[in-house]
Amino acid sequence: MKKERSSRPKRKRTSHIPAGVPTLSKKDFESDQDTRWCPGCGDYSILAQTQRIMPELGVPREDIVFISGIGCSSRFPYYMNTYGFHTIHGRAPTIASGVKMANPDLSVWVITGDGDALSIGGNHFIHLMRRNFDLNVLLFNNRIYGLTKGQYSPTSEQGKQTYSTPLGSLEAPFNPISLALASGATFVARSLDRDPDHLRMIIKSAFEHKGTSFIEIYQNCNIFNDGTFFQYTEKDTKADNTVFLEHGEPLVFGTERNKGIRLNGFQPEVVETSNGDYTTDDLIVHDQYTEDTTLANFLAGMSDTPDMPHPIGIFRSVRHPCYEDAMTNQIRSAKDRMGEGDIEALLNAGETWTVS
Amino acid sequence: MRKPVEQIEEATILFAGDSGDGSQTIGTQMTETTALIGNDVATLPDYPAEIRAPAGSLAGVSGFQLHFSSEQIHTPGDLCDVLVAMNPAALKVHLHKLKPNGILIVNIDNFARRSLRLAGYEDNPLEDGTLAKYQVFPVELTRLTRKALETTDLSTREIDRCKNFFALGMILWLYNRPMEYTMKWVKTKFARRPQYIEANILALRAGNVYCEATEQFAVSYDVKPASFEPGTYRNIEGNMATVLGLIAASHQSGLPLVYGSYPITPASDILHGLAQYRNFGVVTMQMEDEIAAVGVAIGAAFSGSLGVTGSSGPGLALKSEAINLAMIAELPLVVCNIQRAGPSTGMPTKTEQSDLLQMFYGRNGESPIPIIAPSRPFDCFETIYEACRIAVKYRTPVIFLSDLYIGMGAEPWRIPKLSELPEIKADFAGREYAHGNGFEPYQRDPETLARPWAKPGTPGLEHRIGGLEKSDITGHVSYDAENHQRMVEIRAEKVARIANEIPPTEVFGAQEGDLLLLGWGGTYGAIRTAVEHSVEDGLSIAHVHLRHLNPFPNDLADILNRFKKVLIPELNSGQLLQLIRSTYFIDVIGLNKVEGQPFHVFELQAKIDAIFKELGHF
Repeated sequence: MKKERSSRPKRKRTSHIPAGVPTLSKKDFESDQDTRWCPGCGDYSILAQTQRIMPELGVPREDIVFISGIGCSSRFPYYMNTYGFHTIHGRAPTIASGVKMANPDLSVWVITGDGDALSIGGNHFIHLMRRNFDLNVLLFNNRIYGLTKGQYSPTSEQGKQTYSTPLGSLEAPFNPISLALASGATFVARSLDRDPDHLRMIIKSAFEHKGTSFIEIYQNCNIFNDGTFFQYTEKDTKADNTVFLEHGEPLVFGTERNKGIRLNGFQPEVVETSNGDYTTDDLIVHDQYTEDTTLANFLAGMSDTPDMPHPIGIFRSVRHPCYEDAMTNQIRSAKDRMGEGDIEALLNAGETWTVS
Repeated sequence: MRKPVEQIEEATILFAGDSGDGSQTIGTQMTETTALIGNDVATLPDYPAEIRAPAGSLAGVSGFQLHFSSEQIHTPGDLCDVLVAMNPAALKVHLHKLKPNGILIVNIDNFARRSLRLAGYEDNPLEDGTLAKYQVFPVELTRLTRKALETTDLSTREIDRCKNFFALGMILWLYNRPMEYTMKWVKTKFARRPQYIEANILALRAGNVYCEATEQFAVSYDVKPASFEPGTYRNIEGNMATVLGLIAASHQSGLPLVYGSYPITPASDILHGLAQYRNFGVVTMQMEDEIAAVGVAIGAAFSGSLGVTGSSGPGLALKSEAINLAMIAELPLVVCNIQRAGPSTGMPTKTEQSDLLQMFYGRNGESPIPIIAPSRPFDCFETIYEACRIAVKYRTPVIFLSDLYIGMGAEPWRIPKLSELPEIKADFAGREYAHGNGFEPYQRDPETLARPWAKPGTPGLEHRIGGLEKSDITGHVSYDAENHQRMVEIRAEKVARIANEIPPTEVFGAQEGDLLLLGWGGTYGAIRTAVEHSVEDGLSIAHVHLRHLNPFPNDLADILNRFKKVLIPELNSGQLLQLIRSTYFIDVIGLNKVEGQPFHVFELQAKIDAIFKELGHF
């Protein structure tokens, strides 16, 4: 696989590792299990970037838990030398919620796919987003069911011909970013399996975000849906078909970086900044920290609009209270108000009588 | 002059009215008072699924039956001594439960032509001789309540809602019970609305005084306290006992309790109950669906908490895949099933025992899971505690199989001392489990076959588990043929070994002989009462009630073989019966009923008589 570098400016990284903690390497996060994805699968890259970024997060291995559902991507926890739980189809969000609630100190990562998260687990996905546990969700979107050998998924384009839809699929696809935003997600981002630097940067930003972080990763299934995202990931076409989101920066893209996104009424449109009609001042300036979701929704919708570049990067990053903190607060204030639970008193509560 | 008081041994009262009439409230109050003065009590709430069915309709009738005695009793009673009917529909639905010559109190203010028609009465039953065989006490309950409350500022609508307390005042007089406990309750209940305190107490007093003053009621009754084992008692509903048992298990084990649930009748009260106890560190999570509810419990168990989920039959159907995950991952998980009448949505507010085979077999693959069932409301405490103990000790999901009749029924409970509760040892794997080959998550305790409970956060024990078959000892994913065979056998053997610590089975009545009644769950009371009567009649008969349904107690085979006939009464079409037949290769007789109602003692009695007749005893 060719190495691709995006044209974005590099971000300054800060180390999270406190002094005195032994430094870990990528190797420390590799389990002793053979990785069993098809050769050439995009999952390899995502695994490698995750293993590479983990040492930089400064979290001891024993405090990290990877939880997955079912599907190709969901094999992921077996390859991470951390705690891991390969659960059942679509239900990883529920198990991850229990893990995080029972021990809020853990760093919890949900690994899922387009079928797992959006079809069989759709209900859990939206509720996970709105509860805002402090955990991270990596959705490997390859727009196909791989493990079951190639049926269309909820992100497959309408009319997709697969084994189960020889005459074409009938329904319109989900947009995972729009769905996450509509469900109240506090951190929503998109990255690419074939852009390792960007992917690591996004994974790290997700980790740093306090609250549920959702990352959609365009991932290539080279067996059943090869090239589905190539126009966004490959060298020749990437620059003209993607726009990288940078907070505070105008939405500029293109090989010559002479194209941008402007709002025309309620409609984002592509304009050229080199022919004198528009300047970068006319372009949308990205604000990932705004509470209002209007901009993020505009950006999310671009990938549903033909001939628009797909935004890559962080759509939204806002701070809301986390479920587990709110629960912990309820417990603390109940103890303040009523005193630490006294089990003898509880059993003997209410009207009692004694027989001697 | 005080009216005469007649001593009686026991009484059964049924309060019935529209679902908004407050029958459940006054039934509960009468129960509390009666328990507090020392009677043994058993109750049966019977209410419609609709929160407010059309007023006056048969579908909207809500009833509360209460049986109390100076002797030990086990059931809410077959037939009633008193029926309080707040409207014609309540009369129509429940009259057949009133004993001949029983006391019938009716609110005649509700017997207008329209109400009669709604209840399907062509003529007024108060006038046409329908009620000739009962002692009928027509009372202008609505008018009298309005009169008693005329000095209050409440609207007529609000005043009318107090008439249940007028009726309660009457019943308290009729059975010589004090009003103070109810008054105390009213004061707490309406602490923020003092006008309702005054109104309800006025209504209560008015009902009481009415009985004392009118010539209608010439005699009242008294039921002396029953003799109980020494101890401190309280009245408790099954679901509340379940709540307390869970908190006790959490406390005694030191494991924080995480309860995941989704609202469903009749299990919601467990969620409501636990949600009150945040100061015990109790986490309750109302999730988006039944699957998520069990999912959080499994996640919490993996993280080292006491993970518990609760539901009823339809919810259990949805949870089955996740329960199976906990089974193969060998994590402690407690699953409460408060059964109701099925199949499908069935009859949500009616009782049944028809989920037993679902709990045994309702999962894909070979999936043995321990099942234990409480027999009475107070028994929920000990049984759920035992479910937690087994789950933690053997690292397995355990099903606590209660039912609506037990969950919503109430009776006196001797409050246990903490020192009486068995130990629950969490026993987490520590660093010492890490060695040269790394941590081996499927290394087992040689006695229980339990695998180590290694919670995230423990250095050196990083490991991966999941629903794919795992290699013995190492826990790596394995498709190896022999390994799968071995793992299936190990998981079965682990559950089977629980039988080694089941205490000897109690055989009530004859230790061997003609007939054994074998029961489980909420049929305890009816079976025990019927067997007690038969023992008094000199029959060679016994009662065994199973708490452990999977595995069965080791001594059960021997017990079954000591009797000529075995009768299994169940509120299903014969589910334990199938299990007993296939496990022990013996023929057994079934007595099966699926009406959404508990057994009447007389139904069991008739079957027992028929069997003894066949045996040539009569």
